[in-house]
Amino acid sequence: MKHLALVVAALVAMAIGIAAGAAALPSADVWRGLVDPASPAGPIVWQLRLPRVLLAFLVGGALGLSGTALQAMIRNPLAEPYLLGISGGAGLGAVLAISLGLGGVGVIPAAALVGALVVSAAVYWVATIRGSRLEPRILVLVGVVFAALCGALISALLALSEAAQLRNAFLWLLGGFGNADWPAVSSFALYGALPAVLVVAMASRLDVLSLGDETAHGLGVDIVATRRLVYGATALLTAASVAVSGMIGFVGLIVPHAMRGFVGPIHRRLLPAVFVAAGGLLVLADVVARTVMRPAELPIGTITALLGVPMFAVLLRRSLR
Amino acid sequence: MLVASDLTVRYREAPSRALEGVDLAVSAGEVLCLVGPNGSGKTTLARALLGLVGAERGQVVLDGRPVKAWRAAERAKRIGILPQREELPFSWRVDEVVGFGRYAWMPPLASLGRRDREIIERSMERADVLTLAQRRVDTLSGGEWQRVRIARALAQEPAVLVLDEPTAALDLGHEMEIFELIRTLVRDGLATVVVTHQLNLAARFADRMILLERGRVAAAGPPMEVMEAALLERVFGWPVIISTLADGTPQFSPERGTAGRPRTLPPEAAR
Repeated sequence: MKHLALVVAALVAMAIGIAAGAAALPSADVWRGLVDPASPAGPIVWQLRLPRVLLAFLVGGALGLSGTALQAMIRNPLAEPYLLGISGGAGLGAVLAISLGLGGVGVIPAAALVGALVVSAAVYWVATIRGSRLEPRILVLVGVVFAALCGALISALLALSEAAQLRNAFLWLLGGFGNADWPAVSSFALYGALPAVLVVAMASRLDVLSLGDETAHGLGVDIVATRRLVYGATALLTAASVAVSGMIGFVGLIVPHAMRGFVGPIHRRLLPAVFVAAGGLLVLADVVARTVMRPAELPIGTITALLGVPMFAVLLRRSLR
Repeated sequence: MLVASDLTVRYREAPSRALEGVDLAVSAGEVLCLVGPNGSGKTTLARALLGLVGAERGQVVLDGRPVKAWRAAERAKRIGILPQREELPFSWRVDEVVGFGRYAWMPPLASLGRRDREIIERSMERADVLTLAQRRVDTLSGGEWQRVRIARALAQEPAVLVLDEPTAALDLGHEMEIFELIRTLVRDGLATVVVTHQLNLAARFADRMILLERGRVAAAGPPMEVMEAALLERVFGWPVIISTLADGTPQFSPERGTAGRPRTLPPEAAR
């Protein structure tokens, strides 16, 4: 029942997302455009708004799944994918491509994906002790250090860039769905489907894993293998998200937390709820980003940060009590 | 069924071995208590029984096969566990936590079936937590939480239970409840290994005790043989008096010292 309510809410969010935009269209025209692509509003709806809404939904869902799995693995509801340096790596890869002038179709997302995977592999390698033990606190620490390294290198690249490239790189880093199109939707779905399915399939393992190493081992979870799978899947999901939409923080942090309160912490119920809710939330955040200063667009990362930081503060204060 | 032989464990960069040449066997219908001072290797031994620490020498054998050779889920169907420390990051319901005990039995992707639910309910009943089923675990008292964890271990449908300090931080009444519960479970055919600091309760509830001293077995056998004044004095470094209950169970009391030092510390323990 709660899941159904979430699905309805997400569908409403998507409808709002399709109805809203830089060009003010009457809702009747939008509806006609949706049903009949040949109508005057058809191209705007089908070529601009629909892929944008879908991509925002899928990226939100992916960040939500990734955050949920990571929080279970690190056993800390304050963790999020961006802690592990994954986004830093993606940012570095993209800015490197931009500053080298490699602006071809799909090059920047590919560079971001490679950067994210390289950095997350490096973080994992440094944080694992003798190839098997993975101490969550050390993982977070190493992730933060690598994120700082990526930030420093990005600054250096930006300082050396020409003005036009600088702006491109900045816009990309700030995140957004301004460039969303059908190829982006399909390539994201392609990259994201496998790790997303993997995370959902590991639902009951995530439950047991979040009880801690010793208990999880005793209850029959192969901890080392499970951690590698979870880490790999979250890294892939985050990397794919950053590759198509830049850095969007806090979705993977606040939505899992809110959904634990709503549907409970059992991952079998939690993961689908998080996917739908995080997707819907990002669609709405994107609506705000592109309408509040119309016709200019705010970076969507700004919107999620404005939402996320107060929630994070509340969460942290409550957990310290 | 669970047998350790010549078990020797050394942690990396530790100056001495955590366990040295430990032999242990526990079979159905038996309570085996592991006792000894802090750092004597009790928890290491419990962890080694589960295959969590590697042995430098010797091995742990579960049902005829080295415990490390079992697949994690297959081992978990045979050994139920209660680790010493467990902090919960999320606020589960009691029946959900007990349900985690079914993990090893569930096929991948499946959710809890009817049989699983029956076993969860029966486990909660046996550990006397059925009335708490819908409570959030972070609202439980220490004693309730320990019983919930025991229920979870029972939901594993194990043949052996390994309990690491199941009564740590519990008051007298709750502590007795847990030991009585363990005794009841063993009557139903479980083999149980209990790590505990409660020598007197161990003497009353255990069929056999193993006293560890700096990683070695200082004494092993029925409580009568282990609860021996000179032995306990040497191992714990404090003089004790042994008395006997009406049923013949030996009980110890530590002697008062003078000016913070024991009066008659033997030279061996003083070092």
